[in-house]
Amino acid sequence: MTDTVLDVRDLRVEFPTRRGLLTALDDVSLSIRRGEILGVVGESGAGKSMTGLAILGLLEPPGRIAGGEIHLSGDRIDTLPERAMEAVRGRRIGAIFQDPLTSLNPLFRIGDQLVETIRLHTALSRDEARARALSLLKEVGIPAAEDRMDSYPHQFSGGMRQRVVIALALCAEPELIVADEPTTALDVSIQAQITALLRQLCTERGTAVMLVTHDMGVIAETADRVAVMYAGRVAEMGPVDEVVRRPRHPYTAGLMGSIPSLRKDVEELRMIPGSMPRLDAVPPGCAFNPRCGEAGPRCRREVPRIAGPGAACWLEREGGTA
Amino acid sequence: MTRTDAILEADALERRFDVSAPWLNRVLERQPRRILRAVDGVDFRIRRGRTLALVGESGCGKSTIAKLVTGLYPPSGGRIRFHGDRDRMQMIFQDPYASLNPRWRVGRIVAEPIRTLRPETGDAEVEARVADLLATVGLSPGDAVKFPHAFSGGQRQRISIARALAGEPEFLVCDEPTSALDVSVQAQVLNLMKRLQREFGLTYLFISHDLSVVRHMADEIAVMYLGRIVEIQPTADLFARPLHPYTRMLLETIPDLESPNRARKPMGGEVPSPVAPPAGCSFHPRCPLAMDRCRSDRPTRRPEILGGRVACFAAEGATAR
Ligand SMILES: Nc1ncnc2c1ncn2[C@@H]1O[C@H](COP(=O)(O)OP(=O)(O)OP(=O)(O)O)[C@@H](O)[C@H]1O
Ligand SMILES: Nc1ncnc2c1ncn2[C@@H]1O[C@H](COP(=O)(O)OP(=O)(O)OP(=O)(O)O)[C@@H](O)[C@H]1O
Ligand code: SF4
Ligand code: SF4
Ligand SMILES: [Mg+2]
Ligand SMILES: [Mg+2]
Repeated sequence: MTDTVLDVRDLRVEFPTRRGLLTALDDVSLSIRRGEILGVVGESGAGKSMTGLAILGLLEPPGRIAGGEIHLSGDRIDTLPERAMEAVRGRRIGAIFQDPLTSLNPLFRIGDQLVETIRLHTALSRDEARARALSLLKEVGIPAAEDRMDSYPHQFSGGMRQRVVIALALCAEPELIVADEPTTALDVSIQAQITALLRQLCTERGTAVMLVTHDMGVIAETADRVAVMYAGRVAEMGPVDEVVRRPRHPYTAGLMGSIPSLRKDVEELRMIPGSMPRLDAVPPGCAFNPRCGEAGPRCRREVPRIAGPGAACWLEREGGTA
Repeated sequence: MTRTDAILEADALERRFDVSAPWLNRVLERQPRRILRAVDGVDFRIRRGRTLALVGESGCGKSTIAKLVTGLYPPSGGRIRFHGDRDRMQMIFQDPYASLNPRWRVGRIVAEPIRTLRPETGDAEVEARVADLLATVGLSPGDAVKFPHAFSGGQRQRISIARALAGEPEFLVCDEPTSALDVSVQAQVLNLMKRLQREFGLTYLFISHDLSVVRHMADEIAVMYLGRIVEIQPTADLFARPLHPYTRMLLETIPDLESPNRARKPMGGEVPSPVAPPAGCSFHPRCPLAMDRCRSDRPTRRPEILGGRVACFAAEGATAR
């Protein structure tokens, strides 16, 4: 038995449209171990959320997995029928989305929503489920949790609501949590509470976490490893301090360079020229080549690939030239 | 700063909201009227060609100030004096989904301020200018024929920036202009805003929760807590010597890309209810330096103390010693 919780291999997601087949994800491979946080960053529209949705089995038709495999603790899950996948979602994978209100029902009390979810996924009695709901609320740091069980979502602040969503995601003690921009809608002080909570879950429960965010500071302080996505592919993957300090892919380097500093003054921020291609107009070869200062002839012909740590870039290949 | 070079002055500015339950419930359940003081006595001035940033936790009143400044809300007290051309004040809203008319094509949305400001402009010229503006914010001129729903959040924010720029603003109120953007697009937008300021002397009221963005953009920063400005300082001074305990906590909370601290502690406590704020200094329940006096008296910014930069008894005491 290995401690690999999530293993995604060569994932490909397609969208048939009137104007032809769109490839939203291609060659996406990533894995997360027990107690590990994998950060996922990249340009808007690069496919971060799509990767999370594919793992959760929540791709919206006509989007579909057209290639590759997804394994959860050794079990293949991408081929499961919808009913079986529903059970996996509640029990083995928890999901946290950007807007806490999409996961909470405004008409039901917080405590009742937790109890319902716990009873759906476990064999606990109503009283046991209620006790467990209370301890979860305490665990995610809701002050005076006893009094708060009977509150409605609108009576909570944004940060408290997101913590309730995390409690919901934890109800069945999942092996994996997919958190898609869980702190983007929240301000800095609440963001720090949520990321501290995620870190604590990893160390104390061994939960594996996939954390999607565009905040590099959050990634640097929270993630163990990071995957950088560009135009539906993984451009670079590695331990977080290596990717942040010594980015190997020209896109990652551009991304890091464009973030304003808390220490250094610059008149102009560095920019990556141009913008990411639309899915129906991805150039041949390396998708980044029209914006890359180091592109050579090979970059316009052949797609660079990676399956493990490193950069999907021809400069990276030993003895290779771009 | 002399009074004359201020383009905007806010004096004792207030905005209250009535958040009471409906009248019948109030009578039946004997609830009192509930008043929320979203902006509670705020003073600031912005010099022409400069940037003032507002920072603070969610709900502290930043967007309400933006709406008071642009005239979307009337003040409940105090006043705002604007010494510029009202027609050339524009606003970029926090929510790019709600602020664009869904039934208008992007071209019409961006063209509207041009047609208002310069009705004599011919169609071909308007079209060329719209194409220019879309390119400036990193969209393509072909996007002019599409409707807002065809764009992602970040792209919509760029449309609203293009619309604001179309009005040739001299004063721009920017409420979280880049929060929906990824960092590489953010760099493009921030560079553009700085360039416009250098070239045309634009003035910005800039709201953001990202302190590295604020540090890059602002000449001066006002830190808000529960509807009040608790500290206001030139940017470099605020980062080098934060005076208010809340500012210090805020600075300690931000994740730091350059020297990450993986054991960073979140800020303790919750923001109290703005309907029933704590007596005295409203920060006292969370303040590590709180004294007896803080629970009864309300600290204010006064010019004779630290140049009016901070409202805190402990900060006052530290200089008296
Ligand atoms: N129903 C759909 N049909 C066709 N394309 C789609 C559909 N849904 C999403 N896409 C495209 O798939 C790509 C990946 O989108 P995704 O939401 O994963 O981006 P993301 O990396 O999460 O971006 P962001 O940072 O903006 O959230 C985008 O280019 C998007 O336009
Ligand atoms: N129209 C309104 N009616 C009632 N209350 C309001 C209204 N607008 C704002 N408020 C309240 O006023 C306070 C200040 O809100 P505001 O939107 O100015 O905060 P903010 O600092 O912009 O927060 P954020 O960072 O979340 O955008 C909040 O408590 C809010 O709930
Ligand atoms: S493969 Fe070529 S174009 Fe792509 S990032 Fe590397 S050098 Fe640039
Ligand atoms: S006035 Fe008192 S409670 Fe308020 S910030 Fe200063 S020391 Fe803290
Ligand atoms: Mg997304
Ligand atoms: Mg706001």
